[in-house]
Amino acid sequence: MNKTVNQKAWFLVLPVLILVAFSAVIPLMTVVNYSVQDTFGNNQFFWAGLTWFEDMLHSDRMWNALGRQLMFSAIILAIEVPLGIFVALNMPKKGFWSSFCLVVMSLPLLIPWNVVGTIWQIFGRVDIGLLGYTMDALGFDYNYTQDTFDAWVTVIAMDVWHWTSLVALLAYAGLRSIPDAYYQAAKIDQASRWAVFRYIELPKMAGVLMIAILLRFMDSFMIYTEPFVLTGGGPGNATTFLSIDLVKMALGQFDLGPAAAFSLMYFLVIMVISWVFYTVMTTLDKRDGK
Amino acid sequence: MTDSAIPEVVINTHEMAIEKPRTTPKRFRPSGGAVVMGLYLLFLMLPIYWLINMSLKTNSEILGAFSLWPRNLTFENYALILTDPSWYMGYVNSLIYVLMNTAISLAVALPAAYAFSRYSFMGDKHLFFWLLTNRMAPPAVFALPFFQLYSSIGLFDTHIAVALAHCLFNVPLAVWILEGFMRGVPKEIDETAYIDGYSFPTFFIKIFTPLIASGIGVAAFFCFMFSWVELLLSRTLTSVNAKPIAATMTRTVGAAGVDWGVLAAAGVLTIVPGALVIYFVRNYIAKGFALGRV
Repeated sequence: MNKTVNQKAWFLVLPVLILVAFSAVIPLMTVVNYSVQDTFGNNQFFWAGLTWFEDMLHSDRMWNALGRQLMFSAIILAIEVPLGIFVALNMPKKGFWSSFCLVVMSLPLLIPWNVVGTIWQIFGRVDIGLLGYTMDALGFDYNYTQDTFDAWVTVIAMDVWHWTSLVALLAYAGLRSIPDAYYQAAKIDQASRWAVFRYIELPKMAGVLMIAILLRFMDSFMIYTEPFVLTGGGPGNATTFLSIDLVKMALGQFDLGPAAAFSLMYFLVIMVISWVFYTVMTTLDKRDGK
Repeated sequence: MTDSAIPEVVINTHEMAIEKPRTTPKRFRPSGGAVVMGLYLLFLMLPIYWLINMSLKTNSEILGAFSLWPRNLTFENYALILTDPSWYMGYVNSLIYVLMNTAISLAVALPAAYAFSRYSFMGDKHLFFWLLTNRMAPPAVFALPFFQLYSSIGLFDTHIAVALAHCLFNVPLAVWILEGFMRGVPKEIDETAYIDGYSFPTFFIKIFTPLIASGIGVAAFFCFMFSWVELLLSRTLTSVNAKPIAATMTRTVGAAGVDWGVLAAAGVLTIVPGALVIYFVRNYIAKGFALGRV
């Protein structure tokens, strides 16, 4: 659609601009302010320059948290994307069961994030949880509060449980947009199931899949509540991801300077990813000729 | 690119022979899908079932004996939550700020989305990108500055503070979703309406809004959902008067250990609102998550 040039459209955007500026720009400036100052309490601040940034760049704590974060995001993407596509391919195409699947699959997406943590906390406990009890009965030495590996498995299982449906729903929506004629053509060509997937379904899903992958990457990159409730970042620091570490630093220890520097670098990473996301999205829009 | 995709399809001579008696494989294939879906839905429902199971047991039964279903069915946990104001006010508080947030988000996002979908103006692309970065901003970065900002203007521990804070990610989301839906409405409708002598406000309310009603519904649903599931900001910005249910749930951890039954019952009750609204938007959920781009 070719749009009319109209500078007065700014007036329509103004309310959003004011509202988001109030809740985004002011707090962000506060963070910038803290990141270059030091304090000894009593609200007295001293200019600290870029020391906090240097400190954070040399701090093992941040790099370790970042490493854990990247590993977590990589693992959940590697599981959720193929699983989501697989589920979408197997979903009923129409009728009652299709609606039923959609509703049940959406359910985990609407559970408050701390309740997701609580559900898995209860589910995984060796004494009262079905999962923990079963693992224990099968002879595995399973304990997510003590063992690093078990904690990781539980956190990943929780995220797969929570978010695979999102990938599946998007892939399903992509599949639904394929006209029947494509499948009929493939049938005439005697195409194998794999060929249909590779040359018809996958290209048609590419757009929504891209959105799903980027959304999952970004949301997993700022995951906080679920692992916080489930493991509290433990055992030790084993599941302390970036956001958990940041909140610990800012609200727990009140190390405002380092936390602010940390925030800004964190935000910068997110900005870069958002830019990739935006570019992909606008390219897709153009390609579809919308 | 779609045109080039079809001719590449591989011709498989092996399958030609099998193709004729189509009846047997046809009956088998959907059942394979049903097994996969059955297993997946089971995986989704098991933890939720376990939560419900826990909520219907007494604490002594939870800790005493392991059982797959409640032996002595009890609704005491629910009764406690629904009769104790410090519990059920948590739900009321959550609902108040969620509804406020949805109303504010939609009110400001509707005109903005219209502007983005119809006009090009100075800096529109940059503005759109900047809005997106706010959807992607980690709430953890904003927790402390928000606390100080809302404390300094005297809004700490009020519903409106949480509602405004959640606008940070809900307004951009609403703008994106609505813009996606509005693009589907042909521009000729606007032009015809203006020729017919409609002013912009009357056109927008009387003609345009009904056309994108489903889009508004989806956007409202997503604002509701993301405000409902968020904990970090709502917990940081409240202490007593506007405390959300999610924060109230930490109360169950007392000196005598965790009150598992009540915790589970509170969890079950937080799932209910989502489960109720989900039915109405089931066919649009994917479109909403794709920010209006499916």
